[in-house]
Amino acid sequence: MQKFDKLTGVAAPMNMINVDTDMIIPKNFLKTIKRSGLGKNLFDEMRFDREGNENPDFVLNKPAYREAKIIVAGDNFGCGSSREHAPWALLDFGIRCVISTSFADIFYNNCFKNGILPIKVTKEQLDDLMDDAERGANATLSIDLESQTIQGPDGGEVKFEVDEFRKHLLLNGLDDIGLTLQKVDKVDSFEERQNASQPWLAGVAKV
Amino acid sequence: MSGTKTLFDKIWQNHLVEVQDDGTCLLYIDRHLVHEVTSPQAFEGLANAGRKVRRPDLTLAVPDHNVPTTDRTARIESEEGRIQVETLQKNCKDFGVPMFDLQDIRQGIVHIIGPEQGFTLPGTTTVCGDSHTATHGAFGSLAFGIGTSEVEHVLATQTLLQSPLKNMRVTVEGALPNGCTAKDLVLAIIGKIGTAGGTGYVIEYAGKAIRDLTMEGRMTVCNMTIEAGARAGLVAPDETTFNYLMGRPMSPKAGAWEQAVEFWKTLPSDEGAFYDKEVTLDVSEIVPQVTWGTSPEDVAPITGTVPMPTSFKVDGKPEAAQASLDYMGLTAGMAITDITIDVVFIGSCTNGRIEDMRAAAEVAKGRKVAEGVRALVVPGSGLVKEQAEQEGLDQILLEAGFEWRDPGCSMCLAMNDDRVEPGQRCASTSNRNFKGRQGFGGRTHLVSPEMAAAAAVTGHLTDVRDL
Ligand code: SF4
Repeated sequence: MQKFDKLTGVAAPMNMINVDTDMIIPKNFLKTIKRSGLGKNLFDEMRFDREGNENPDFVLNKPAYREAKIIVAGDNFGCGSSREHAPWALLDFGIRCVISTSFADIFYNNCFKNGILPIKVTKEQLDDLMDDAERGANATLSIDLESQTIQGPDGGEVKFEVDEFRKHLLLNGLDDIGLTLQKVDKVDSFEERQNASQPWLAGVAKV
Repeated sequence: MSGTKTLFDKIWQNHLVEVQDDGTCLLYIDRHLVHEVTSPQAFEGLANAGRKVRRPDLTLAVPDHNVPTTDRTARIESEEGRIQVETLQKNCKDFGVPMFDLQDIRQGIVHIIGPEQGFTLPGTTTVCGDSHTATHGAFGSLAFGIGTSEVEHVLATQTLLQSPLKNMRVTVEGALPNGCTAKDLVLAIIGKIGTAGGTGYVIEYAGKAIRDLTMEGRMTVCNMTIEAGARAGLVAPDETTFNYLMGRPMSPKAGAWEQAVEFWKTLPSDEGAFYDKEVTLDVSEIVPQVTWGTSPEDVAPITGTVPMPTSFKVDGKPEAAQASLDYMGLTAGMAITDITIDVVFIGSCTNGRIEDMRAAAEVAKGRKVAEGVRALVVPGSGLVKEQAEQEGLDQILLEAGFEWRDPGCSMCLAMNDDRVEPGQRCASTSNRNFKGRQGFGGRTHLVSPEMAAAAAVTGHLTDVRDL
């Protein structure tokens, strides 16, 4: 997993509530063999018309936001199904952070598993950040996970909360697998013991 | 009782790498089976993170779900299916994972080939991105299905994060009567405890009826454990197990063999060990079992009738049963033997082994598939197919009008071209009778291979004992 410590980038405003996982990545894109490559279909039904032409009014199609790294959105972001394809699609597009007043549980967890930082802020803070985001490329946001702060373009600062353990995982780029790999010594010694007591288990499958 | 352990306790404790403060266990995995449907994103995750497969020598891959069962060299028609198989081939090559490819005689359904090769062994942990991994429990291996992110975790670390499971013992007493098989036994168990009866548990099967089963039969029972809601099924290893495993390509070789058997003999549950739940069943009086609905717990004896939905007392079940009957196109009260069928499927990881082929051929011998019925026999692996052909079973089946096909999952889940068409009714030896499982709109009746063959030759669900 890509680690997350500091991020500076354009924030795309999505001033709507209940952005669900079907909007993030419609279900006809789930029959894939990949986690990557979903970015081109992120928000597919909002971004493109039936013929596949870009909808010029959709925020991520506007010149200022095509390279956005952050999304600022209304309440209950990521509701709907448990599909991990939603964070996969965001990440593949280049979004590393979503700021909202609240998130759906599963989506919130899935973000951390995939190197995306979801930030919960108050209603007033969200309104300010939304205003900043509306100013496009002239108004980048800077996020510092270590100090748990968001810096606005005019020097304003927002403090946010994040679970200590999850923060640790993100800062160090550790997913479950990364964590287990830190215990590789224990796995090594387990294998040594097992190899001594049940030597017939190893080396069986061969190319 | 302190100090006494169940078979499950022993395997679990033998595989603990670490126990975290919150009780989550890091469990070592001895055997990892991989197929084309649930592995692509896992391999992709490894590649993206620059990780490798920790123990390719404990990993075995095979394409089975999407493969054609007519001609091994045929191109897979569905593009998505073809891409999944090609992706598995590429991933195995890139990561050095051993794989039995389509042209390999050892290719077959993932849960058939593990035991067949001696890859599945007593006292081990076995996982696969597939719920019917429970099959391998027949050898006294703690075997369960996992999700794609867990597949990636096992590939990278050879371990898995798991919370402890509860222990249930199902004791099956009595001798199976004539015409009844392991399939009837497990259908009877599911009929008794229901599809949620095993939720949160590992089920250990014990008792005379289980001891008397062959390894093939024990695999059929453990395979369907998942249909009772349990994560895994277990049978304690004994002489039957050892005899089956001896001399298999991946079994312990001479020298190690004696040492292995000695260890395996220490695995059975201790006298007086504690179980969270106990269920007892006597099968000496059962008759062949058939499902009538769209849940594996919808079981009836072949001598019985389609039940009245109102006869169920569990909340929500009358409505579910009525919906099942509507979907299945059946009327409450009709005799089970009056149900006519269009398709017969003999195969799958539940009943695709040599004994199942023999059982089907035995019934088919000297008879003909009924007019208008399509009957498929799909051996579970290339080796099952070869052995059946050496025994002349293919000729018996072909003469009777059955199709004799190449190995794969086939009509068990209809991911390839083998499908039950909308409205058609199938007597199937597979494990799931869910709506649309064997093809959109298809209707499934789960039965034993004997009963499936009997239905093929009469054109309706038939008591094989009457033939
Ligand atoms: S035969 Fe059926 S149940 Fe078994 S692995 Fe294949 S699809 Fe799954």
